[in-house]
Amino acid sequence: MIVSKQKPFAEILAALGEAGRIFLVGCAKCATVCKAGGEEQIWQMQELLAAAGKEVTGSIVIDEACHLLRVQRDLRGKGEPVRHAEALLVLACGAGVQSVSAAVEQRTVAGLDTLFLGNIRRFGHFEQRCSLCGECLLNETAGICPVTVCPKGMLNGPCGGMDEGKCEVNAEAECVWSQIYSRLKARGEFAPLIRTTPAKDFSKMRKPGSLKLER
Amino acid sequence: MPTHLQTLLDAGRFVVTAEISPPKGSDCTAFLATANDLRGTIDAINVTDNQGANMRISPLAPAALLVREGIEPILQLTCRDRNRLALQSELLAAAALGISNILALSGDYISFGDHPGAKPVFDLDSVQLLEALATLNGGHDLGGATLSGVPAFFAGAAAAPEAEPFELTMNKLSRKATAGARFFQTQAVFSPERFARFAEAVRPLGVKVIAGVLLLKSAGMARYVTANIPGLKVPPELIAELEGSPDQLRQGVAIARRQIAALRPLCDGIHLMAMGKEELLPEMLAGLDR
Repeated sequence: MIVSKQKPFAEILAALGEAGRIFLVGCAKCATVCKAGGEEQIWQMQELLAAAGKEVTGSIVIDEACHLLRVQRDLRGKGEPVRHAEALLVLACGAGVQSVSAAVEQRTVAGLDTLFLGNIRRFGHFEQRCSLCGECLLNETAGICPVTVCPKGMLNGPCGGMDEGKCEVNAEAECVWSQIYSRLKARGEFAPLIRTTPAKDFSKMRKPGSLKLER
Repeated sequence: MPTHLQTLLDAGRFVVTAEISPPKGSDCTAFLATANDLRGTIDAINVTDNQGANMRISPLAPAALLVREGIEPILQLTCRDRNRLALQSELLAAAALGISNILALSGDYISFGDHPGAKPVFDLDSVQLLEALATLNGGHDLGGATLSGVPAFFAGAAAAPEAEPFELTMNKLSRKATAGARFFQTQAVFSPERFARFAEAVRPLGVKVIAGVLLLKSAGMARYVTANIPGLKVPPELIAELEGSPDQLRQGVAIARRQIAALRPLCDGIHLMAMGKEELLPEMLAGLDR
């Protein structure tokens, strides 16, 4: 899921600027799990905005704010509270914010910072394991992603800063290549440890925003 | 044409290299003066590349100035700051300027340096950069296009002889050798015993080994590099030795001389890191059997 966290309230207020009438949008999926944009945070935000002298015209928690057509339909269904608002404050990931900004004429303000595609360790504890690089190398790397977990994205073993199996950048963390190496060795799989992995094809990451996947 | 360094190493001569950090600014006068003072003492000078992720002049310019002075440079090139286009074009520029010794590095991570908000690149890693060097030497770029003018790079790589787990370090080094590294310049060595194990293990790779020796300028500096420089750990007994000396810098020179003497039979050369005290290099090397 997409991990996000709320921007500091002062930043949100500054982004809203002169807008006095605000409509709030949350997301029932990832932002709810992150406790960043669910029902509870929408209510809290409503109170904070009221205390700051803003009028909240209404709110909605959309089931998947990334869904472009659903957001368009749900906001249209809200009618006057949306039309009457000077700005929409969205407590959802960057995708959710853009579904909203595509659906309305008014200014759309992002209330969250979108962090990463995350795995859930336990409630409220998320870990980044995948970078959406478009060309999965996990079959070669014992199911552990060096593109994501190594700060340098090294594909051919550890960098010169690795020591005692720890990462150069974070001495608390185990070097991803130390992890990969132990796992492959334990399984007796030596081929990936000898073969040189060629330069990664970053065109597979397909960064430009026009990217579409249809099936 | 092989480089001077390559010729010496191939002939089995014991080489001495030293690194000098280029200026933070465009004035290379002091850099060149330091290099000139080492003429005759040092076989080749490493020009560091945004060392420790601290922004300085691109090493290409000071390395080219060294060539003009008749001093042979080893150009350090990191993957941290350049994508594969920039790395290759920098290398072709180096070749055009008469620079052929290249030390291919991944580079210290950006968070250690003076521009922590910068975007790290790491489009290639050090092994892939070595492959790129071999590809250019073969007359092509990484896209497969033919080059007009083929470089003859003498490719080197870094090695961390004391890093654990040793087996993992060795695996990395064998990949570097396969990718075309002809010499290793190592991180500072503090334990000749551990270095001996390393030298023994890398011998089958057929790569020349130039052992790193760091001048410890004071106990404080030794503690600082241990805490702040990735892969560098000065043993406590050496720090205590510095601390107990009335002249810590002199003691540092003595320690370096001791390390050099101990390493001499175990490697193909010495790589000196004097961290701004390059005027002490002749003293560190005095009496060394080359």
